[in-house]
Parts: sequence; C-alpha cells; structure tokens
Amino acid sequence: MKTENKYGVDERGFYGRFGGAYIPEMLYPNIEELRENYLRIIETPEFRKEFEGLLADYVGRPTPLYLAQRLSEHYGTTIYLKREDLNHTGAHKINNTIGQLLLAEKLGKKRIIAETGAGQHGVATATVCALRGLECVVYMGEVDMQRQAPNVARMKMLGATVVPATCGSKTLKDATNEALRDWINNPVDTHYIIGSVVGPHPYPDMVARFQSVISREIRRQLLEKSGKEVPDQVIACVGGGSNAMGAFYHFLDDESVKLIGVEAGGEGVDTGRSAATTVLGKDGIIHGSRSLLMQTDDGQIIEPHSVSAGLDYPGIGPQHAHLHETGRVQFVNITDQEAMEAGLLLSKLEGIIPAIESSHALAWLKKMEFTGRESIVISLSGRGDKDLQTYIDFFRL
Amino acid sequence: MNRINELFKKKPGKLLSIYFTAGYPGLEDTIPVARALQEAGADMLEIGFPFSDPLADGPVIQHSSEVALKNGMSLRKLFSQLKELREHVRIPVLLMGYLNPVFQYGMENFCASCAECGIDGLILPDLPMTEFETQYQDLFRRHNLSNIFLVTPESREERIRRIDQLSDGFIYALSSSSTTGKQMDSTLQTEKYFEKLQSMNLRNPLMIGFGVNDRESFQKVVSYAHGAIIGSAFIRLLDKEGARPEVIRRFIHSILGSN
Ligand SMILES: Cc1ncc(COP(=O)(O)O)c(C=O)c1O
Repeated sequence: MKTENKYGVDERGFYGRFGGAYIPEMLYPNIEELRENYLRIIETPEFRKEFEGLLADYVGRPTPLYLAQRLSEHYGTTIYLKREDLNHTGAHKINNTIGQLLLAEKLGKKRIIAETGAGQHGVATATVCALRGLECVVYMGEVDMQRQAPNVARMKMLGATVVPATCGSKTLKDATNEALRDWINNPVDTHYIIGSVVGPHPYPDMVARFQSVISREIRRQLLEKSGKEVPDQVIACVGGGSNAMGAFYHFLDDESVKLIGVEAGGEGVDTGRSAATTVLGKDGIIHGSRSLLMQTDDGQIIEPHSVSAGLDYPGIGPQHAHLHETGRVQFVNITDQEAMEAGLLLSKLEGIIPAIESSHALAWLKKMEFTGRESIVISLSGRGDKDLQTYIDFFRL
Repeated sequence: MNRINELFKKKPGKLLSIYFTAGYPGLEDTIPVARALQEAGADMLEIGFPFSDPLADGPVIQHSSEVALKNGMSLRKLFSQLKELREHVRIPVLLMGYLNPVFQYGMENFCASCAECGIDGLILPDLPMTEFETQYQDLFRRHNLSNIFLVTPESREERIRRIDQLSDGFIYALSSSSTTGKQMDSTLQTEKYFEKLQSMNLRNPLMIGFGVNDRESFQKVVSYAHGAIIGSAFIRLLDKEGARPEVIRRFIHSILGSN
C-alpha cells in the first residue's frame, strides 16, 4: 500500500537526520545480525503466515474499529476507537512481541530480555516467552514496579524474572539502559525485544512494521463501515511511539489524513515535570539512535514526568522526530489532569476503562473543534486494569 | 605524531593506562589525580567525562559518573580544568565518553577545546565507524587527535582490519564482550582471542582492557599486547580510599610490581 518511501527508513538506517545506530562495539555484532536478517526473515510467506496466524488465534485480531456512539454525540462528530485494548494482554504491545519472538527463534536465540515502563510490554514479552518456552528477563524501573504492581505479578506468574532498575530516575529509560547492558554481557544467545519504535536501526523500522497491522485493519474496517477510504484524522498517544506508528503507518502517504501524536505534558510543559519531548527536546542520542531528546545544555538526559508510566520517556522514536520535523504529524500534549478526566469520561460514556496512556489521546478531543462531518480514529492502545490504583487515588473513588 | 605515537615508539611493551572519571571523587580532583598517576608511573591516562546514561558501563563507573555529575562536572567545566593540564602532565591523555554531551558541545568546538588543552586522543564508543570516516576523520587529524576504536571477542576479522586501517594511535581490545567492571574470563577462549589478535599483525599497537584489576591480570594481558588499561579497579580504589597521592602510588606500584 505504501507507494514511496518519503517517511520511511533509508538504506543507512536514517529518517532524515534522525535514526542510525549509535552503539558501542560490544553491541555491534548483535545489531548487525538483526540488520542483515530482519527483512529477509519477516518478509517470507512462512513467517507472515505464522505471525498472522498467532495474531488471529492467540491475540484475537482483528481488533474492532468501534463507532463510539455516545462519545461521538458528546463531541458532535464521528469517533471510532481502534480497540487495541481488546488484544490478549490488554494492549498493542503484543503485536510487536509476537513478531520479534518469531524472529528471535529464526535467529536461534534461547533467551529473551526486555525493558518495560507500564509493564504492558513486559507482560506481552513474558506471555510470548511462556507460549514458546523461552527464558525471559524483564527490566523495570523500581518506581514503575510500585505504580504498576499488578503487571509485575503477571510477569512473575508467566514465569519471567523481573529485575528492578535502581539507577537514575528508576523508570523506563533506566530499565532500557539495564536491558542494553544485559545484551552487551550476553551477546550470543540472547535477543532483546525492544518495546517501542526506539533504539538503534533496525529496531524502529522493525517494530513499526509489526505494529503496522493496526492501520492496515483500520483502513479495511473503515471502508466496510463507512465507505470512506481514509479517516480525516488519526490520533494516538506517543511514549516511544509504537502504537502511534502502527496507527499512522498506512496513512503516511495519504497527505489528506491529519495525523496527531499526543505526548504526555505531565503537570504542564513549563513546570519542569513533563514528558513532552517535541516541545522540550533537542537533537541528541538516546539508546542508540539520534532523535529528539529532553536534555541539559551539557547533554545530560533530563528525567521526565508523566502520571502514565508508559509515556514517561525523555525521547521519541526517530521516525516520529522526522515526522515532526517534516510537519507530517502534528504533535500536541495533554496534562496528567486532562488525561485522567478523559479516562473517566470514556468509562462513563462507553463502558470502557482506558489505559492512562490512551487517555492522553482521548483528551485531545476536548481541544478540537468539529464541524460534525469528520471521522476521527483514536488509537485506544490499552485497557485501564493496570491503572486502577492510579485512577482510584486520583479521583478518591 | 602526537604523544600517543611517541609513547609506543619509545616504550614498546608493558604499558599501563589508567581510566578515571573527571570530577571524581571531588569536583577539583581531575588534575591532582592525573598528576598523581603520572608520578606513580602510569604511561597514559584516559579521562572519562560523565554521562547520565552510561549504557556500556557497570555499577562502578555508573556510580562515579553519577557522583561527578552531582559534583557539577560538565564538558565546559572539564575543559576549564584541563587548561592547565600540560603544566603538570607530560604523558599522553585521552578523553573518553558518550557522544551525546559531545554533540551538544559541538564536535568542532570539542576538538578545538581538546587541542587547546593538549589532549592526544578520543575514545567515543558510540560514534559509528562510518560516521567517523565520512564526517570527522579530517577534523580529528587537523587537531592531532587519535581516534581509538574498540574491538571485542565477537568482532569479525574483516571489521578488525577495517578498524586497524582507520586507527592512528592504538586499538582498544576488550578482554570480553561485557560492560565495564566485570572479572576477566580466564578461559581458553579468551587466550585464543588474544592470540588471534596478536597473530593478525595489525599496524596499530594493542591495549587490552576490561577486567584488568591486579598484577596478575596485568602481566597476563601484556604478554599478548603492548599494554593494559585499568578502569573500574582504580575507581573502586578512589571510592574506598580517596584520591590521596600515596594511595594512588601504592595502587600503581602493586600493579607494576615496582620497588
Ligand atoms: C497502553 C499503552 N499505550 C501506549 C504506550 C506507549 O508506548 P508507545 O508510544 O510505544 O505506543 C504504552 C507503553 O507502555 C502502553 O502500555
């Protein structure tokens, strides 16, 4: 469906000036092995068949594109929710972990490592490892282990070892550092399943391809439901940016479709407690790729803040940095407060409790103006079970 | 020719290079530690500039980096300290660190500041080889800075050859593929890898690092290479016993076995 490669990765692994593989020699053989093999493997009919088979029978895809009637009435327009929350394990993350696990098997790897913020990627990784009988180690910031305790329990029940990251801000970026260190120390038999469209090339492209199933389904479902080829707008939250990349992927070349990435504004972009990378970030290198990054003038990474553990990351994927710079995607931000209220609103209007990450995308609706004739697709990236305690504390439920 | 090339000409074996973190244990310790190391008999120094997210480092250097940043170390501060480096230190000095702080400082400015302070070489482990080749090689040369590449037991032979062609100081061979501060593997495999490197007849001298921490490991690796690099073991010493010159002297002598 993609006709040209205006927004995709080039042969050197870059998106404009972003991307690349800024890695020490210790990681070079691992990354090179992936780079040399990923397209060759994932484009074979055998791989596609196995991948799509598991997405259908194990994950439960396609996920519905649900016309949210009462939410639409509330805002006076037509709003569809892409129900990634209905995937097995409760978020979009499993699309990627199934893909990467099958790839790791083809590369002969015996041990899987992952980082996790909200715990959704950790759970999705632990799940596929249980499914295929591989050893699984998940790194998680100590702070996140507290605020997402149910997911820690899930990972343990699935047989994974959860290792706390105790350095830095003890959140997602630190868990990612620990996972990379593990990979450096276990270069031969281990595959690192990165959880978003971040990291050195080829990760951002590979994860985007696995998540692109989201927009492939949206296109087909929208046509069936409304007769429209494309929606007017697609809105998704951006932590590293994988659910957004998946939801945007097959619309990138349809310039009439407005694409909106919603970042976590935290307590407000001017408060020093925020994770709105496109507002607060500058060019830099994080976790092996060149992107936008929240940092000091001395190039030290700034610890971000968001009520949502899955958006609490000081960078964004390099492709998003490029889409931001070219203006193809509009980036906006939503505060903790606004996101929490949008989560409550969806619960009351539609009977769907969203993940706080997804609530950020929903909250943007309140800031938009509608004519009543548009069709809007929101990526409902995950469900809110993991966030119940945060909702309870926030609203004193 | 810079001080690195001269050193290898003058002293072909058993070299000892020490890594330490700038601004650690105290902010103003950078120059005093460098002086004490030279006086104690170190042949070369690698001064690490700290980064908030040192993803190739183990707990010891993570900790020293964190402390240095808390002390107020930055590249600007480091260069202001290094202005007087060459009043006190004759031996080759390299700067080592992650790329992001360098990018923020600006690569051109960074190289110019290095040259002003009499720095001889750079170890930037996350600078990709092709980027060095296409964008920075001339800049480094103009400022008489050697770029030092790492190789590991997992590096393929053709890549090591390519690195050898692009290097003009020495090659930094890791004893194992690991983060800093691990014990050295004393397996047959490690010896085979050292022997392979030795038999490749590389143009550049070899320095072996990672896991060198005492006289025994020092003697072992210098039998395969021109010298050894010690990092975490020295930082651990500073952490435990402080940065007094006699502490540093005792440590260096214990490695070299002098007197
Ligand atoms: C439900 C949900 N949505 C979104 C995210 C953010 O990640 P990404 O930006 O990669 O989609 C997470 C991350 O944990 C998540 O759990």
